[in-house]
Amino acid sequence: MTDISYREITRNGLWDNNPALVQLLGLCPLLAVTASVVNALGLGLATLAVLVGSNAVVSLIRHRVTNAVRIPAFVMIIATFTTCTELLMKAYTYELYQILGIFIPLIVTNCTILGRAEAFASKHSLAPAIADGALMGLGFAAVLLMLGAIREAVGSGTLFAHMDLIFGPAAANWKIELFAPGYSFLVFVLPPGAFLVTGLLIAGKNAIDARIKRRRDALKTRPVKGAKRVRTTGVIQ
Amino acid sequence: MPLALITSPHQHAAQTTQRVMQHLLLATVPGLVALTWHFGWGTLINVALASITALGCEAAVVVLRRRPVGFYLRDCSALVTAVLLGLALPPLAPWWIPVVGSAFAIVIAKHLYGGLGYNPFNPAMVGYVVLLISFPVEMTRWLAPASILPDGASLPDLQASLQLVFPLLGNTPIDAFTMATPLDTFKHSQGLLVEQVLAENVWFTQGTWSGAGWEWVNLGFLAGGCYLLLQRVFTWHAPVAMLAGLSLMALLNYDAGSSTSGGPLDLHLLSGATMLGAFFIVTDPVTSAVSHLGRLIYGALVGVLIYIIRIWGNYPDAVAFAVLLMNFAAPFIDYYTLPRTYGHEKRGRATKMKD
Repeated sequence: MTDISYREITRNGLWDNNPALVQLLGLCPLLAVTASVVNALGLGLATLAVLVGSNAVVSLIRHRVTNAVRIPAFVMIIATFTTCTELLMKAYTYELYQILGIFIPLIVTNCTILGRAEAFASKHSLAPAIADGALMGLGFAAVLLMLGAIREAVGSGTLFAHMDLIFGPAAANWKIELFAPGYSFLVFVLPPGAFLVTGLLIAGKNAIDARIKRRRDALKTRPVKGAKRVRTTGVIQ
Repeated sequence: MPLALITSPHQHAAQTTQRVMQHLLLATVPGLVALTWHFGWGTLINVALASITALGCEAAVVVLRRRPVGFYLRDCSALVTAVLLGLALPPLAPWWIPVVGSAFAIVIAKHLYGGLGYNPFNPAMVGYVVLLISFPVEMTRWLAPASILPDGASLPDLQASLQLVFPLLGNTPIDAFTMATPLDTFKHSQGLLVEQVLAENVWFTQGTWSGAGWEWVNLGFLAGGCYLLLQRVFTWHAPVAMLAGLSLMALLNYDAGSSTSGGPLDLHLLSGATMLGAFFIVTDPVTSAVSHLGRLIYGALVGVLIYIIRIWGNYPDAVAFAVLLMNFAAPFIDYYTLPRTYGHEKRGRATKMKD
């Protein structure tokens, strides 16, 4: 299981085995905090950081932890990184931390992280484990960002509002007003909208996959149908 | 007088989807007339906008799904969804309210779940609830009926109505004739005896039973429902059970009209969307329970939920929420109310148990 190529890790993390769209893991934060781009980006980055850190440490200790206690050990490691992330967010992006609230400590319970620790990091060496953490985290964050962008655009009629919470005062005027002021379509800001948009994203991914598969099948050379003479006896000189 | 020898069964023509839907459309006419009589042109505009959008969306989705367009448009089911939604919306809502609601109902609540016959939730009610939680201001701005407007005031004529619906056409202030509905009024009269509310509020002093205008709208839908019952479009079980459930709750909680009373029976039966819900929404064959017993349970629980949400919930009316909640429960009710097949001693199980 050690000979996995980085190409495959990248494909898995971003598309084929995307934590949000294929594995459907970590749906609770995915649905709860993606009402705007800034929230989605904040949670995406926090999850990415925890995922890379925990994958790295789990990979380092993989030969020393016995099978019986591996899950508690993984959870402790993940909890440590989550706490670090939480403290960092409190120090540098306090307002965003307050908006995301309980969902930052809840990164501990995000199944994606434990899933990657168990399925990948505990079986691979350090470098692939870090790469897997980073790309799975990026795949998760990308879906969060798309959800956040769609929900913010349709629900509140803006894009990139309050980006200064992450990027500092320089980003205060990044906000784009898409519709007339006062526009709001609350369903997309509320949890039902998250379910709807996630469903549509999954449907979109499946449609793209189906189209790729159809194109690939069309390119394959078809076996020739009908009878073909095959020499079954004698030796070809 | 010749003696005609007629033996059963008497129903000759098979009911097609199209005929059922046409009966339904016809049966909405008395309610529509009452709404238009009391609240002006708004409802007609709503129904028209919702219908155009629904037919357009239906055609577009059917083309995307590579199905025959004419066949699906002719069954009138999209039109029925749109008309029911249009009847439920507040008159003179801005044009995008019926358009968004009806598009949501057809595309998401109906076709994404597989189209007519596969949708677990009533599309019209999904559209209504999406609008109600998305646009609370526009969706709670009901009009005062013509009969209780102050002297000299009148409902807007067709041109002014169109200006209100399409703000680009011109500017007409709407506040002159908006008013909380009787149910809303009652909900916000806490601390008053029922007697006082009924004696002091213009809804009830001008109305005969349960609020001027609204009672006639509900009687209109009741008449349409009776027509449908006579046409055997549906059986009596679900609507009667719903009205009985609602009545029972209203009687149990009336407590002789104290200030914490849940309100008189006639207010609950003849106000809000009660009759529209009882005869046009709860009777939806796709989203309700299937057997007679199942429909009795389904209807009764819808009635009970309507009362609970009206009195202890945040919204003044609750038909849409109650129906959607019971749509969730319909398969569950079906599981336990499978009828006995003729010739069998015991009723079967809905799903096979593993040996």
